[in-house]
Amino acid sequence: MMRFKNNDKSSAKAVLDVRHLSVRLSGEEGPDGLVLDDISLQVHEGETVSLVGESGSGKSVTSLAVMGLLPKGALEVSGGEIEMDGESLLTLTPSQMRRLRGQRMAMIFQEPMTALNPVMRVGDQIAEVLQTHRELSRRDCRDRVLDVMQQVYLPDVARIYGSYPHQLSGGQRQRIMIAMALALEPKLLIADEPTTALDVTTQAQILSLIAELQERHGTAVLFITHDMGVVAEVSHAVHVMKHGKIVEQAPVETLFRHPSDEYTKRLLRSVPSLVPRDARSQESTEPVLEVSDMQKVYSGGGMFFRKPGTHAARDISFTVKRGQTLGIVGESGSGKTTVARSIMRLVDPTSGTIRVAGKEIATLSRRALRPHRKHFQVVFQDPFRSLNPRWTVGRSLIEGPVNFGTPHQEAYERALEMMELVDLPLDALKRYPHQFSGGQRQRIAIARAVMMRPDLLVADEAVSALDVSVQAQVLDLLDEVQERLGIAILFITHDLRVAAQICDEVIVMQHGAIVEYGSAREVLSRPRHDYTRLLIDAAPGREWDFANCCELLTA
Amino acid sequence: MAHTTQPSAAMQSVLGMLSLPRQWRLGAGPLIAAVVLFLIVLSALLAPLYVPYDPMQMGSLNRLQPASAEHLLGTDQYGRDLFSRVMTGGRVSLMIGVGAALFSVVVGMIIGLVSGFFRTADAVIMRIMDSLMAIPAILLAIALVALSGPSVWSVIVAITIPEVPRVVRLVRSVVLGAREEPYVEAAIALGSSMPKILWQHLMPNTVPAMIVQGTYICASAILTEAILSFLGAGVSTDIPTWGNIMAEGRTYFQVKPGLIFWTGAILSLCILSINLLGDTARDMLDPRLKKREA
Amino acid sequence: MLGYIIRRLLAVIPVMVIVALFVFLILRLTPGDPAAILAGDSATPAQLERIRDRLGLNLPIYEQFIQWVKMMLQGDLGVSLISNTSVSTMIGQRIWPTLNIAMLTITISILIAVPMGVLAAWRHRSWIDYAVMSFSVLGFSVPVFVIGYIFIQIFAIELRWLPVQGYTAPTQDFIGFLQRAILPSFTLATIYVALIARMTRASMLDVLGEDYVRTARAKGLREGTILFRHALRNAAVPIMTIIGTGFALLIAGVVVTESVFNIPGVGRLTVDAILARDYPVIQAMILLTAGLYVLVNLLIDISYTIIDPRIRY
Repeated sequence: MMRFKNNDKSSAKAVLDVRHLSVRLSGEEGPDGLVLDDISLQVHEGETVSLVGESGSGKSVTSLAVMGLLPKGALEVSGGEIEMDGESLLTLTPSQMRRLRGQRMAMIFQEPMTALNPVMRVGDQIAEVLQTHRELSRRDCRDRVLDVMQQVYLPDVARIYGSYPHQLSGGQRQRIMIAMALALEPKLLIADEPTTALDVTTQAQILSLIAELQERHGTAVLFITHDMGVVAEVSHAVHVMKHGKIVEQAPVETLFRHPSDEYTKRLLRSVPSLVPRDARSQESTEPVLEVSDMQKVYSGGGMFFRKPGTHAARDISFTVKRGQTLGIVGESGSGKTTVARSIMRLVDPTSGTIRVAGKEIATLSRRALRPHRKHFQVVFQDPFRSLNPRWTVGRSLIEGPVNFGTPHQEAYERALEMMELVDLPLDALKRYPHQFSGGQRQRIAIARAVMMRPDLLVADEAVSALDVSVQAQVLDLLDEVQERLGIAILFITHDLRVAAQICDEVIVMQHGAIVEYGSAREVLSRPRHDYTRLLIDAAPGREWDFANCCELLTA
Repeated sequence: MAHTTQPSAAMQSVLGMLSLPRQWRLGAGPLIAAVVLFLIVLSALLAPLYVPYDPMQMGSLNRLQPASAEHLLGTDQYGRDLFSRVMTGGRVSLMIGVGAALFSVVVGMIIGLVSGFFRTADAVIMRIMDSLMAIPAILLAIALVALSGPSVWSVIVAITIPEVPRVVRLVRSVVLGAREEPYVEAAIALGSSMPKILWQHLMPNTVPAMIVQGTYICASAILTEAILSFLGAGVSTDIPTWGNIMAEGRTYFQVKPGLIFWTGAILSLCILSINLLGDTARDMLDPRLKKREA
Repeated sequence: MLGYIIRRLLAVIPVMVIVALFVFLILRLTPGDPAAILAGDSATPAQLERIRDRLGLNLPIYEQFIQWVKMMLQGDLGVSLISNTSVSTMIGQRIWPTLNIAMLTITISILIAVPMGVLAAWRHRSWIDYAVMSFSVLGFSVPVFVIGYIFIQIFAIELRWLPVQGYTAPTQDFIGFLQRAILPSFTLATIYVALIARMTRASMLDVLGEDYVRTARAKGLREGTILFRHALRNAAVPIMTIIGTGFALLIAGVVVTESVFNIPGVGRLTVDAILARDYPVIQAMILLTAGLYVLVNLLIDISYTIIDPRIRY
């Protein structure tokens, strides 16, 4: 049963009141320079209001405008009103605004690793907030810091006080950020994608921590995210943004049950369902990829004494058949990417065998491997770095076939066919990667891999960097490519929803080892291993069927 | 078909590079620098056609003359016309600058590419480069010139050798950064050979850095020539160079400071223009900077 | 930490060996008879023989190298071909003026350049930024001796505030030392300031765009705290690096400046040795400065671990 936050907070006192706010690029008049257009929203005491939208929708700019942190000389407020507790923020002097920040309004950011100063002890970074805004003795200050660190459930606070950010885990770092933000009990907390960079189990902990602290202090929270699952879990009210405008706003349950705007509906339809797809018909039993007992150990280094190595992957065995998709899911550090890179021979496995299309490749020398490379191809995560920026798309596409002796002309004709397959205009071949969007580049990367007519395609987090609507399109494309060409796909992802959508079989990895391996339906619906269950339970909004606007029946 | 009219691979990478920065805006500074540099180079190249006197012609009667209508900048201690000497002197100085820049970039690029891509060669090459870096450039150049004689070529070589390690390091760091890029890994997966990857994917990445570095080396080589001559370890004093003219002006500094100041002024103006153009090139070509502006 | 220092010290050995080999080979691999090169065109056969004998040029080349390395390891830098005194004595007599002026220069440079760079980055694209950048480009573009003569012309000849040339030891007369050292130090400092200010600005610009600076602003910290406590410390590693590599420029500058200001330091010793082709002195100076450069950069590398806790070896 999905529990929405239905207790209405709109009768409570408004902490933040944004009215008809517009922001534009400095020095650019006219409608083109408009970044935010007529944004209005209210956040009340104890209420969480979500701003949801895809990249470039202006949700982060909104939060920076409220904090008075718009980059000087680049963006400026050009109209509207921002009020906090009835006081207008836009008329304050910079130093008045500075005193407000950290004290009455605070912010936590997406990437706690980069948001914390790497060369300063985390305790001192929290203490700074107190020292700046309050007159406190050294001793009182330290006690107060240790106290807030305990409130965010950091273990062994005395030790962590003196640690540097790189010595902490991602979850601990985000707890430090939260402690820093809440040290002076601000009335307004802005959380800008606070869990996007975290693993799903950590995300669940951080979300419940924010909820608990909000409950205790009655903080108003403006929550910025792209993830509909998170929205469903945390919000009282939701604003959907697109191209700098709010296209729809509603209480949370209303929005998910009866979305009215077309764009909102499209966003919701794009959220992949957690219900596993039906397995593809098993016509072929021909294995394309057979991995057995593969290990990858990174040696520990050390000049005089050999330090023990780390097992990035151990005892990995699995098979992928023609026309089938095998997903490997796991959190960061689980070894899933190491497995993918070993199979591609971008790293050399320490032991074990890898057979691709019947040929053992784990021990081949790089030179001997080269003629065999056409059988397996790869698509990477980052669409902005996976194409050579100095090459035309056409040149990138024909690189592989030309390496294997296909005449230039023939390769180019095949590239033209590919453009049709991935639904891009033919003249795309003559253009450069920077002229395409992330989703289009990912299609080009897929086209480049498919140009080789491979037997196996390894997709390493291939849709993770994409917005949800684009993600859906790319997943459909992979489906179609598989249908037409009957290739086998090894799909690496951290996202259970994506895995449920595309995989026939699923492997769950933890600490470099396989903990569960079976059909997607078995693993995701009736998990046997505790860790798998933990992962599924942590998936936000797992009881809700976003595409159909109702409770998920099988949950 | 379309691809038959496609430009060659090398041409494509140049075009690809040029198509990247779309909003090149040249301010007044770089424009003035370009004009000044063009005028200096042109007047040095054409010096023999217009200078009023033979730069070597001595005259015992008019030593250390002040500026006059006859001698625009006056004369030196041998009665030679300073204006004619400064204008002619630019030719050798500029040649040394350009020569040293070209040599350093070409040699450094080859060594750097090898070092960046082949781990076995890397350790040895980098130790040698570290050692060369440890020897102060000016002392190394002085020693080389002192031993191999004061010809233009030995000065160019003497300036080039200490510059090479810096170029090598730069190329190597660009290559090391680029080889981790997914598009290079994709090329490996596509079965491209190592030399092909090195030349077609990695080498073009170093070109912007090399253009920038080349201009800086050119400027610093002209400076180094001046310093070498000043210390008496430069091109033979028979040949007028900016450095030689100033070196000879040392003794008579209190009598006629113009020998050093006029020559120094035109040399500094020249180097200033080159450096400004180098900075402009860096701002336009450095992707890191572009990212920040974006 | 200790292990790291030991490893870095060990890594110095191959570098210095290659430097030594290089210095050794420059003379021997030059086309022609080294003795003739050193003696000049008008040398008598007796003079040539004396030079060969002095440098051991009659021995096979590998024996020469072994002999030479043995000498160097014992701290024997050889004997000058011109004055017949030991090179170590000559250097010992002339090192102090050079060191004193170099220290003064480094202090002045860092004190001026770092605030300049920080200010320029903080006020990116303001007139301060343009002024700092213009100064730094100019500093790179004027030969160091021209700067020296400009200073002499203005402050010594026109204004008569300071003496034209010369040197007084600080132990004898500290005021006199300052009076005479101030022009050479500022002359030397010009290019060093240009270099450090430029790097400080670039490094600060990078850091000011980082997320943690935005966090610091979100915490409501004062600009001064953000600039110096948060940003500068993160920007410090490249700045330290450039101070280290710029040390080579300083050495070059010393050689020139001492000639301009007539200071009896090792810089002028080197120039005189070059003009006289006194090879043992040239060779000793190259070895010495290379060793100093390596040492300075080693110290800087080690100091990184204090600035940045992420750097652990």
